[in-house]
Amino acid sequence: MAESYRRSRWSNALFILPYMTVFLSLLVFPLFWGMWLSLNKSDLFGGARFIGLKNYYRVFSDPVFGQAVWNTVIFVLVSVPTLVALGLFLSLALNKTTRASSLLRGLFFSSTVLSVTIVTLIWRFVFIPGDGLLALLFDKMGWEQIGFLSTEGWSLFSVGVATVWWCLGLPMMLFLAALQQIPSDLYEAAALDNASRWRVLTRITLPSIKSTIVLVAIVQIVMQFQLFGQAQLMTNGGPAGSSRPIVLYIFDTSFIRWDVGMGTAASEVLFLIILLAAMVQYWVTSRKGEA
Amino acid sequence: MSATIDINSVTKAYGALTVLDDISLSIEAGEFVVFLGPSGCGKSTLLRMIAGLESVDKGTIHIGGERIDTLPPGKRGVAMVFQTYALYPHMTVAQNMAFGLENLKVDKAEIDSRVQSAAETLEMAHLLDRRPTKLSGGQRQRVAIGRAIVKEPKAFLFDEPLSNLDAALRSRTRLELAQLHQRLGSTMIFVTHDQVEAMTLAHRIVVMHDKKIEQIGTPMEIYQRPATRFVAEFVGSPAMSMMPITGIVSAQSSDQKGATLEVEGAGMVATQVPLPASFALDGATMGVRSEDTHVVQPGADGLNLTVTVVERLGERTLLYGKLDTGFEMIVEDSGRSTVRAGETVKFDFDRSALHVFDGTGRAYHMAEEA
Repeated sequence: MAESYRRSRWSNALFILPYMTVFLSLLVFPLFWGMWLSLNKSDLFGGARFIGLKNYYRVFSDPVFGQAVWNTVIFVLVSVPTLVALGLFLSLALNKTTRASSLLRGLFFSSTVLSVTIVTLIWRFVFIPGDGLLALLFDKMGWEQIGFLSTEGWSLFSVGVATVWWCLGLPMMLFLAALQQIPSDLYEAAALDNASRWRVLTRITLPSIKSTIVLVAIVQIVMQFQLFGQAQLMTNGGPAGSSRPIVLYIFDTSFIRWDVGMGTAASEVLFLIILLAAMVQYWVTSRKGEA
Repeated sequence: MSATIDINSVTKAYGALTVLDDISLSIEAGEFVVFLGPSGCGKSTLLRMIAGLESVDKGTIHIGGERIDTLPPGKRGVAMVFQTYALYPHMTVAQNMAFGLENLKVDKAEIDSRVQSAAETLEMAHLLDRRPTKLSGGQRQRVAIGRAIVKEPKAFLFDEPLSNLDAALRSRTRLELAQLHQRLGSTMIFVTHDQVEAMTLAHRIVVMHDKKIEQIGTPMEIYQRPATRFVAEFVGSPAMSMMPITGIVSAQSSDQKGATLEVEGAGMVATQVPLPASFALDGATMGVRSEDTHVVQPGADGLNLTVTVVERLGERTLLYGKLDTGFEMIVEDSGRSTVRAGETVKFDFDRSALHVFDGTGRAYHMAEEA
């Protein structure tokens, strides 16, 4: 009887067949097909012609791509720490069992369930010049209005604000889940050890949720490098490409200019950047842990 | 360092639910006191109130003459060992022990010296660089005790610290705790529901039941002269057997030592327990510990016990059974007993070791020898 359980049979593979079908057709195949496309001169209707690494050469020599990479990196460098810090702050403040904190948790998380269209619509109402919320506020204060969506520098900032507002719920919830895993007797031991609130935060709480902080940072790096909808709908990458992220560049190249080969080449570059950034983040935090 | 602890009329309630009601207790400096009681009796709550982890609704607590119930936990001068040890998982053993001293801004050299000294006392100097996750249950227990020792507290508080250890380790750690107390001479309060821990460790046991202190006494006082029926039944393994008293033949027996009682299932019993005239007979019982019973020859005088379960403990055998009247009784026989379940044996009990409880549960014992 026991023997039959141990014996490996080909028929057992049938159990994973449904998953493998979806995994191979929707993830593995497109990944490799994308790599192959990036080595071809191809458009959306025509055939493909192998041209080696020429698409990559074109991508790297395009100043618009360089600007998009720079914009995206700046965006990630500012938005990810903000999301981690704000998420952590909110979770620490709302890690209570009162009704008010339950309500506020729901409130802060509610933005996450909105679609990007709604989010950008809401923030356009805030930022739009003339009779937007901030414009009215500036008028009331007697200040000169700022073209948040049409001024270089401010446009990427505005996209960032909308993004942080939209994405804050998930980090907060992940941190809350981690905080609730910390045994309460650790805090009691710390109270008996005469630890100040700051010492409790830095020596007990943060080390206890370190792995969640790393997880949230990596998830957010991966997500924010893929910035697209907010930038397209709020500023369309402008003015003068100052808020154009890499994905918008890929979209424009592939679907506006119909240069699918070059678009996939840029996609592969983005893939490598995200992989590298996530690995560096993981490496840095795990090294700190060993020290 | 050791200090007295005075608990005066302390009360604790969670909303409408009172968990401790008007508790008063004085603990001498250097004394080892055990709070003993069933789950939910409030013993851990009382310990946590001394530690400052629970607020005091009414009453006061003084340590070494200083009122501490209004101070935060870290300012009370006590150290606590938790049931789950509560070691900081991301710190090494040495860092765990040093954390409290660092918070008190103790000099670094002094911290190192205290940690080293405590580690040597507890024979764990080789573990100082390890994290708690790399330690066994017993080693974690030592670290938790070490963390308490380095603080040189006025009093040590132990909240069921042995309950997560296996049986062998528990008895060894119990012995080590007793030795540690002898060496340090500190005031220690130990909470447990395990009477063996209470009996072996305590100078005095505080038996708690239903929000109140039921009895305070030395282990032998608690065992031999329980103040109430609850204490008599809770302390001692196996539990004391109880037989209903149906009448008092005379409050003083013919030899003037105690009352003669009419006991259901045992007939007339001449005890050495004097009873007052106000004795509440309704619901009164006579208690006998199994070690005060013995199996007698089939023809001799005694009571019949139909044995239902035989428990062989090596040096003695416990016979669980029923009297002819149906009351349950536990009788002790020698370790070599050949009695089997289903058999009927005759047994007798020592008249001088009986306990009498009135209808309210209050206990009466043989007069103490002068």
